[in-house]
Amino acid sequence: MPTDVHVVYEDVRKSYDGSTWVVHGLDLEVHRGEFLTLLGPSGSGKTTCLMMLAGFEAATEGAIRIDGESVQDLPPDKRGIGVVFQNYALFPHMTVAGNLAFPLEVRGMAPAERAERVERVLRLVRLEGMEARRPAQLSGGQQQRVAIARALVFEPELVLMDEPLGALDRRLREEMQYEIRRIQRELGVTVVYVTHDQQEAMVMSDRVAVFNEGRIEQIDPPEVLYEEPERAFVARFIGENNLLHGTVLGLRDGFCDVDVGGIAMRAACIAPLKVGEPTTLAIRPERVGVGDSPDRYANDFEATVDDITFLGDHLRVNLSIGEIKDFVAKIPNVTGQGGVLEGDRVRLGWAALNCRALEAVAEVPSPQ
Amino acid sequence: MRPASDRAARRLRAGGLALPLVAFIFLSFLAPLGNLLTRSVHEPVVADALPETLRALEGEWSGGLPPDAAFDAIAHELPVARETRQIGPTATRVNRRESGMRSVIVKTARRVARLESRAQAGEPWRQLLPEIDEAWERPESWQAIRAAGERFTDRHYLNALDLDRDANGDVVRQPPERRIYVALFLRTLVVSLGVTVLCLLIGYPLAHLIANASAGTSRMLLLLVLVPFWTSLLVRTTAWIVLLQQQGTVNDLLVWIGLVPDDARLSMIYNMTGTFVAMTHVLLPFMVLPLYSVMRSIPNVHMDAAASLGANPTQAFVRVYWPQSLPGVAAGSLLVFILSIGYYITPALVGGQSGQLISNMIAHHMQTSLNWGLAAALGGVLLLAVLALYLIFDRLVGIDKLRLG
Ligand SMILES: Nc1ncnc2c1ncn2[C@@H]1O[C@H](COP(=O)(O)OP(=O)(O)OP(=O)(O)O)[C@@H](O)[C@H]1O
Ligand SMILES: [Mg+2]
Repeated sequence: MPTDVHVVYEDVRKSYDGSTWVVHGLDLEVHRGEFLTLLGPSGSGKTTCLMMLAGFEAATEGAIRIDGESVQDLPPDKRGIGVVFQNYALFPHMTVAGNLAFPLEVRGMAPAERAERVERVLRLVRLEGMEARRPAQLSGGQQQRVAIARALVFEPELVLMDEPLGALDRRLREEMQYEIRRIQRELGVTVVYVTHDQQEAMVMSDRVAVFNEGRIEQIDPPEVLYEEPERAFVARFIGENNLLHGTVLGLRDGFCDVDVGGIAMRAACIAPLKVGEPTTLAIRPERVGVGDSPDRYANDFEATVDDITFLGDHLRVNLSIGEIKDFVAKIPNVTGQGGVLEGDRVRLGWAALNCRALEAVAEVPSPQ
Repeated sequence: MRPASDRAARRLRAGGLALPLVAFIFLSFLAPLGNLLTRSVHEPVVADALPETLRALEGEWSGGLPPDAAFDAIAHELPVARETRQIGPTATRVNRRESGMRSVIVKTARRVARLESRAQAGEPWRQLLPEIDEAWERPESWQAIRAAGERFTDRHYLNALDLDRDANGDVVRQPPERRIYVALFLRTLVVSLGVTVLCLLIGYPLAHLIANASAGTSRMLLLLVLVPFWTSLLVRTTAWIVLLQQQGTVNDLLVWIGLVPDDARLSMIYNMTGTFVAMTHVLLPFMVLPLYSVMRSIPNVHMDAAASLGANPTQAFVRVYWPQSLPGVAAGSLLVFILSIGYYITPALVGGQSGQLISNMIAHHMQTSLNWGLAAALGGVLLLAVLALYLIFDRLVGIDKLRLG
């Protein structure tokens, strides 16, 4: 994949009211042809970032460049960016064909070519034969397809989507995730996609930027984000992690020893930690071995089973390791029976590499 | 599932509850309307007062004058009409056909009694009546009575359209100096259209502002639109008089700025300008409210979407916003137009001579000339015009597209 840069955010800041930053010093590069997802909790500034790129909001500070050119003074209609809005924003007084032809009409395209383009894009989103319908006569999923088709029909190189699947039910959402991905691959357009659904982000994206409080915590391909979270926020937000708070006792060869409530643990040292500093350990529940033979793991403890939940493909076990309560382990359901019972004393262990020592969950950075 | 009889009973009870409403609508709306339309074509006064005379006037007349029976009958019926106090209305109606006949009839009714003895003695009324007034020897007088005696007449409608019947009964136009109503209808139409357009020009941006302002500002602006709505029409119209008269605030201001010399103050009231200004002001809320209600339901994101698709602000407005606001435009325009086509008070107060509309003429015939038949016919024509416009509107836009609020 060519990795030439398509869009750049350079130290972009945004404030609506002049006193609080909703986006702090954002630096971000979007590659050409990439599917980049902005993922984060509600209110973390994802939409704001997208709208600044589309031109509906102005950056308070910093610059946004498309193909190296600052778009500071370019109005939205001159940016040539396709946008899919959360509630589709289809024009109710026009037919499907009318909606799709609209961007071509305002560009002064001849009717014959227009009709051909509309037909082609309808085929792309698999809505042949729906030309004459009004948006109100379409199902949610079909409206969604029309909205995507409309954002693509004028062949923009960059398409923005703000939670386009938010209004759909789960099954349809999964189908559309696959469809959007297919279309993006087929056309090779750059997509910046906003969602607060991490599953969706994982399925669709080349890279995911995890937003928190107007900052990017980490930006990486989904599998890297999952396997190697660099920040406690990411560890908590992507998938599931046991987060344990402790103090660094010693450092050696990229590993560190950490005291967690009187229990010593060995962890891969990810954050630039020093002895005596606080740290947060992140351990994935499925990387925890329960009832395995002793001495297999660098971290090896006795624990009490507090609760077991049967979830089909795995068992979810809540344990206490001394003072540490609510430690979660997942036991794959390979034998048909977990082999543990509530109240059991079991051995519990995990490798040092699967225990990541991150910077301690800091105070929320207060806006200036 | 309820038994059918139970449901029927319930429907009956529901119908019973609606009965007072139906009665109210009938009494307050349909009945007067029916009365008005009846009056415009039904004129029984003369027919009721002079039945025998009218019967004698039927058929061929020899020598230009009706047969003796007509003279006998009218000599008998006029005094009766006088006693039952029908002589005034009867005389008035005949007089509308042939001027001068009012005094002839009243005088004859009074004097017939004195000649009764000579009639008893064998002298025919054909010779006696001309002694009272020689008008009885003219065929025109009798034709007027016969014409006025028709129970159902299209005369008022013809009159309302500046038409008349000539001696042969053919429909012809009134002589030029008597053609007033068609011009007045046209003026009313033009004024109504003008007021509608003015209201739209002012109301559209205003409604857009209200629909898109922050909640606080929006409430304030809406209040400003509504407050005049709640104050008395008279107060508002009088306020315009204070503002626009020759020695009024606006003229004072213009003179003070030096835009207008003191001896050439603008006359902005008691003419068409006054009518336009005051009517536009009075009717503006009827434009703003439906527009506001429709515009509030147009999502802001549509304009963003249009821009993202490459439409400049003008294209976005013309292609995306305006079509979606059309139901409000249609509703507001229809309301303002229909209200202004029947507008009465404001033109009467500030319209002067040149700013009077058809409704003022209707009022004149109701109150001053007491020609209720003509007033009713003018009202009927107005009603027909509004209905026609409504149907055209329905064809072009569709009544179901209206959004009144
Ligand atoms: N037009 C606006 N005026 C003032 N504040 C705004 C405006 N739009 C957003 N904000 C604020 O900016 C912050 C970020 O909002 P934004 O819409 O970018 O979040 P988001 O990540 O898209 O959230 P969500 O997932 O809920 O859509 C929020 O605190 C929000 O209240
Ligand atoms: Mg958002």
